[in-house]
Amino acid sequence: MQTLVAYVENKPGVLNRVSSLARRLAINIDSLTVGPTENEEIARMTIVAHTDERGAHRLEASLEKLVDVLLAENVSTRALLERDLALIKVSADQQNRPHLMELIKVFRARVVDVAPESLIIEVSGTVDKIDGLLEVLRPFGVLEMARSGRISMTRGGDLLQPPVSEPPAPNSSPLAQT
Amino acid sequence: MKLTGAEILCESLTRLGVREIFGYPGGAILPVYDALGKSKLHHVLVRHEQGATHMADGYARASGGIGVAMATSGPGATNMVTGIATAMLDSSPVVCITGQVSSKVLGTDAFQEIDITGITMPITKHNVVVTKVEDVARTLREAFLIAKSGRPGPVLVDITKDAQQASAEFNWEASVPKLPPKRRRNNHDQAEFDRAVEMLNTAKRPVILAGHGIMVSGAMRAFEQFVHAGNYPVAMTLLGIGCFPANNPLNLGMMGMHGEAWVNNAIQEADLLIAVGMRFDDRVTGDLRTYAKSARKIHIEIDRAEINKNVKVDAALVGDAREVLERLTPHIETREHTSWVRHITELKGDSAVRDIQSLPDSGHLYAAHVINDLWKETRGEAIIVTDVGQHQMWEAQYYHHNRARTLITSGGLGTMGFALPAAIGAKFAKLDSEVWVVVGDGGFQMTMSELATIVQEKINIKIAIINNGFLGMVRQWQEFFYDKRYVATPLVAPDFAALANAFGIRGERITKRAEVVPTIRSARESAETVLLDFRVEQEDSVYPMVAAGASLSDMIRRPNNPLVETATEP
Repeated sequence: MQTLVAYVENKPGVLNRVSSLARRLAINIDSLTVGPTENEEIARMTIVAHTDERGAHRLEASLEKLVDVLLAENVSTRALLERDLALIKVSADQQNRPHLMELIKVFRARVVDVAPESLIIEVSGTVDKIDGLLEVLRPFGVLEMARSGRISMTRGGDLLQPPVSEPPAPNSSPLAQT
Repeated sequence: MKLTGAEILCESLTRLGVREIFGYPGGAILPVYDALGKSKLHHVLVRHEQGATHMADGYARASGGIGVAMATSGPGATNMVTGIATAMLDSSPVVCITGQVSSKVLGTDAFQEIDITGITMPITKHNVVVTKVEDVARTLREAFLIAKSGRPGPVLVDITKDAQQASAEFNWEASVPKLPPKRRRNNHDQAEFDRAVEMLNTAKRPVILAGHGIMVSGAMRAFEQFVHAGNYPVAMTLLGIGCFPANNPLNLGMMGMHGEAWVNNAIQEADLLIAVGMRFDDRVTGDLRTYAKSARKIHIEIDRAEINKNVKVDAALVGDAREVLERLTPHIETREHTSWVRHITELKGDSAVRDIQSLPDSGHLYAAHVINDLWKETRGEAIIVTDVGQHQMWEAQYYHHNRARTLITSGGLGTMGFALPAAIGAKFAKLDSEVWVVVGDGGFQMTMSELATIVQEKINIKIAIINNGFLGMVRQWQEFFYDKRYVATPLVAPDFAALANAFGIRGERITKRAEVVPTIRSARESAETVLLDFRVEQEDSVYPMVAAGASLSDMIRRPNNPLVETATEP
C-alpha cells in the first residue's frame, strides 16, 4: 500500500483525470480523499493505492504530467500522520448499551446520535484503530458505516506545500512554425 | 476591438504562427469556418477527420512545429480519435479544435453532441472545453504551450458554438497563458550524474539506444558530439531513425523485433546501455527477463514516468536530451572501444551475406528491392512517410536516413492508414522537399480517399504501394505462429493505377525488378503526384524477427536463400 499526497486545481473534472489515470495504469485505489486547502483554488488529495514502490513512482510522475496537478508526492516512506474518520451505526438495546459505552470510551470514540434501537458512533484515528473498534462492535450488530478515507500529513518540519504562481512570460506560447 | 469567438480563434491561430489547418466543416464549427474564409489561414479540406489529425501530425513531425486539425462536434470529433491517439503515443504536438453544441444545451444529447473531452482524456496530453468567448485566445495559447513543452503531445480544445458566436474585446497581449503553477523539480542529481559518468568511462562494450527524444529536443549535434567523444556504437529505435546519420560507421541501424541481428546481438552482449530519449518499448526489448542481462543501464529521458517503467536502470538522468548530453560530453574520457566496435562489425558481416540485397536478381520483385532502389534513386534525401506493417520494417531496414525528421511513421500506436494523410501534412510543412509515401495495399485502402485532398490542393507527393495482396505482417505471423492458416489476410484491392487515374492522378503498375528504377526516375521527374503500384512477392517475410515476448537473442533469421524459399512461379 502506498500513500501519495497531491495538490490539484480545485475545479470540475480534475478528480476524473486523476482517477482515470490510476485506472489507465491498472493501479487500484484503496482510498482517495479530496478537500479544499486554505487557498480555495487548490484542493489537496490523499491517495492510498494498492501498488508497490515502482507503481507509486509511476503514479506520482504520471500525476505530475497532468496539467491540473500542481504537485504529487509519494510520502509512503516519510514520517506520516494518518487519519480516517468513521461513522458507525450499531444496534444497541437497553441491555448491551452500558457495555458499548465502555468500549467507546476505550477507543476514544464518541456517541453522536442516540435512538431507541441504535447509536451512531464517531471515531477518528488510524485505519488500524478504526478497524479495531469495528471488530469489537461487530458482535453488537453494525447496521451502517461510512468512512471518510485517509488524509495524511508529513510530520514536523517536513513541509509539503503547494507551489505558488509565477507571473507568466508575455510571449510564453510557442509558434507553430519553427 | 470587438471580435466574435470564431474571429478571435482565427486571429489567435495566425498570431501563433499557423499557416495551414487540416479540417472538415460541420454545424457546430460553422462560425469558425465563416471566419476562416476571411482570414489568411489556409484550410485543407480532408476527406475524413482521421486524415485531418494524421495530416496535422505529419506536419508537426516534418517541421518540428505544431500541427492543427479541426472538426465539428459529434462524429467529426470522434473520427479524430485514432489520429489523436497516434500523436499521443509518438509524442507529437498536435492541436485539435472541435466545435461543440451551444453551452445552453450541453448535456442534453443535442444533435451531434458528444463528450469529446471525456472520450479523449486518456489520449491527449490535455484537453479543455471553452464555453466563453473571453477564454478563447488564452486557451489557444495554453494549448500550444502544452502541446510543445516537455514531452510533446496532442491537445484538444472543444469550443461551444455560442462561444464562437459571442463577441468580446480582443486583447492578445492580455490573453497570456494562466496555467496552474507547477512544482519545479530539481532533476539534476549530482550523485546520479557522477555514477553515469563513472559507468561511461569504465564501459568496455557500450551501446547507445537512440530514440525520438533526440529529435524532439533538437539534440542532434549534441548527440553526435557525445557519440564521437566516447566512440559509442549507436542502435536506433524506429522513431529514432534519422537522429544520427545512417552513413556514420558507428550507426548500427534499427534495434528490436525487426532489428538486424548484429544490432540486437550487440545489445545483448553490451556491458553498458545508454538510452537517450527512448522508452524501452516491448518491440525494442523483447522478453525483459533476458534483455541485456550483462549491461548496466543509463537512461536519459525527459519524462520521469518512463524511468524504471519497463527496464530498471542504474542511473537515470531526467531532463532534456540536449541539456543532459551537453553536460555529459565534457566528462567523457576518450575510449576507443576498438575491439568492441570491430566485433560488432564482424557480426554485421555475418548478417550481410544473408541479406536479400546481396542475392542475384531472379526476376522476382521484392519489397526490399523496391525500397533499396528508392533509397539509391533519392540518395536517401527524401522524406519518407510509411504506414504500418511489413513495408514499414523494410523501409527501416533498407532506406538509410541521414537527416532527422525524414522518416515519418506511426510507431507506438501502429496506425494503419497513417501514411497517405501524414504525407500530405509533411508536404505542407516542407513544400520544397521530395515526399514519398511507402504504404501497403491494406493500409492504403484505409485512407485512400485522401487522394482527392491531394488533387484539390494540387500538391506533389509520390506514392509507392508495396502491394502483396495480403495484410502482410499479419500473414507473416500466421505463417510463423499459426501454421500458415491465412484467416482474413488475403486481400482484394482495386487496380490502384486505374484508381489513381479516376482521381486524376498518374498511376503505374510495376511487376518486374528491371522496371523499378526507370519508374521511380520518371515519377520523380513529374511535377505532379504519381502513384506506383509495386506488385511484389506475395509471401515474403520480414527478417530477422524476434517473436512477441521472446528474447532479443532468439531471432528468426533470414533463410539462406529467400529468393528460392519464398518465390512462387510467376
